[in-house]
Amino acid sequence: MNKPFTKSPQTASAFDVMKVRADFPILAREVHGKPLVYLDSAASAQKPRQVIDAITRAYGHDYANVHRGAYYLSETATAAYEAAREKVRGFINAGDVREIVFTKGATEAINLVAAAWGRAFIKAGDEIVITAVEHHSNIVPWQLLRDATGCILKIAPVEPDGSIDLNKFAAAVGPKTKLIAIAHVSNVLGTVLPVAAIADMAHAVGAKLLLDGCQGIVHEAVDVQTLGCDFYVFSGHKLYGPTGIGILWARHELLEAMPPYQGGGDMIDSVTFAKTTWAPPPAKFEAGTPPIVQAIGLGAAIDYLNTLDREAVSAHEHALLRHAMTSLAQIPGLKLIGTAPGKASVQSFVMDGAHPHDLATVLDRSGVCVRAGHHCAQPLMEILGVSATTRASFALYNTMAEVDALVTALRRAQEVLL
Amino acid sequence: MTAAAAPLADDLRLLYQEIILDHGKSPRNFRVVEHHTCKAQGNNPMCGDRVTVTARVSPAGLVEDVAFEGKGCAISIASASMMTETLSGQPVEIARKLSAAVQDLCTGRLETDQAKAAVGGALDDGVEKLAALSGVRQFPVRVKCATLPWHALMSCLDGKGQTTTEK
Repeated sequence: MNKPFTKSPQTASAFDVMKVRADFPILAREVHGKPLVYLDSAASAQKPRQVIDAITRAYGHDYANVHRGAYYLSETATAAYEAAREKVRGFINAGDVREIVFTKGATEAINLVAAAWGRAFIKAGDEIVITAVEHHSNIVPWQLLRDATGCILKIAPVEPDGSIDLNKFAAAVGPKTKLIAIAHVSNVLGTVLPVAAIADMAHAVGAKLLLDGCQGIVHEAVDVQTLGCDFYVFSGHKLYGPTGIGILWARHELLEAMPPYQGGGDMIDSVTFAKTTWAPPPAKFEAGTPPIVQAIGLGAAIDYLNTLDREAVSAHEHALLRHAMTSLAQIPGLKLIGTAPGKASVQSFVMDGAHPHDLATVLDRSGVCVRAGHHCAQPLMEILGVSATTRASFALYNTMAEVDALVTALRRAQEVLL
Repeated sequence: MTAAAAPLADDLRLLYQEIILDHGKSPRNFRVVEHHTCKAQGNNPMCGDRVTVTARVSPAGLVEDVAFEGKGCAISIASASMMTETLSGQPVEIARKLSAAVQDLCTGRLETDQAKAAVGGALDDGVEKLAALSGVRQFPVRVKCATLPWHALMSCLDGKGQTTTEK
């Protein structure tokens, strides 16, 4: 996709999914007396033992507040927290560790950009372009900014198959465009957006590009220096790490120019009642005690992923997707939603006569966990002409047999519901 | 049904009884009441389901006609459909009692006979039918699907335009 995978000389066939599954304790459990078939990793991924152990060790052995105490434990906690930042830097190939801001999640990271960068640099009449496929977290912060500044929010359309037509996208971009904020990969459709071309469009008119990488970073290796974006955000919990931790990456000069997001401890240089000066980034954007152990847990998730051949992981996920698309399409009355070429391993669908919630309930009794609903993308649902979809998402620990279990469970659901 | 699936079928069969599937697929009174005196929309923000209830209430406090429109799962559509069928021609006071009783049936606070008594014995057949919704007890996240139309009905009768399952 964006960058050739070069980490491992192994071939795709070297990926051992059963070995990977053994690293995820929850996959051994049953639900309603059936083996767990977890197909909702796009909502939140399960955690490998390595992450769980790192969290346990941090709380059980190495815990203190960071950036404060002049004592050994605080020093080691600080070192571990900052080491996690360096791991994130390496994982997305950022040029400078000071460009990595810890947030509580991707949602907060986008709100941070909207509040800090947006309030400083967006004025009435300026235009922000998003797409029709965005998650609510990449819509609502810009609506709040629009209401505060009088800027204009433009929506680039989506094609019926879930792809983005670059000509139509270009029509939404103009001299007043100051920011393009789009998903890297759609959480509903799996579409990989044409980021490189859109980056060129943004920079041709002097606009910035923000990528919501929540799904993108899970499915491909990300290099923020070659992607062409100015902001990249993602959440830890979809990347096999803990909840409560997310990342904002932005180039250092952008972070320098932005005012703080929240005020409090840790983000200051000096405070007097007359005047307060800010700490340099990233501390400027990390007011208060940060999610210390969550950051350490995310670092452990990255360490874990780095032990795998990500090219092989990607090939495995694509094989699961292909098998799912082929098998699902054979179920009578089932319609796939999102069939753009080169998409990531996320598959939405609707079924005649069976509402997604009813399907999900019946599937659950077969141990199969899928997401049903609007996927925090209500405007997209309206465009697609559905009130909801069922979504199966496939992660590195899923198997072909689990895809088959989904198909069997869906056929059984038809017996119950139709 | 395979042998392996059989032990799991019971609570699903209880949830998706014939009467639920029938009303879910062929909802009664799926329309807007002509000359309605009140209207309310109910939203379930978790799933995006929406139901709009309209009713015509006479000056004497009789629900002369009640109907609904919307998008939703089998449970919410069936609940709305059976609701409109049961309440047409009933006094508002009975509608309120039935609404409370159905919600209690869905959460397990009342059994069918108790629900009949709570409505004052006026709608025993209706309660009997609506008791099919109590299958949601085994599916806690689905309780709101069953109760959404009743929240909307109460908002409608109370003259509030909108309601949500998240209050």
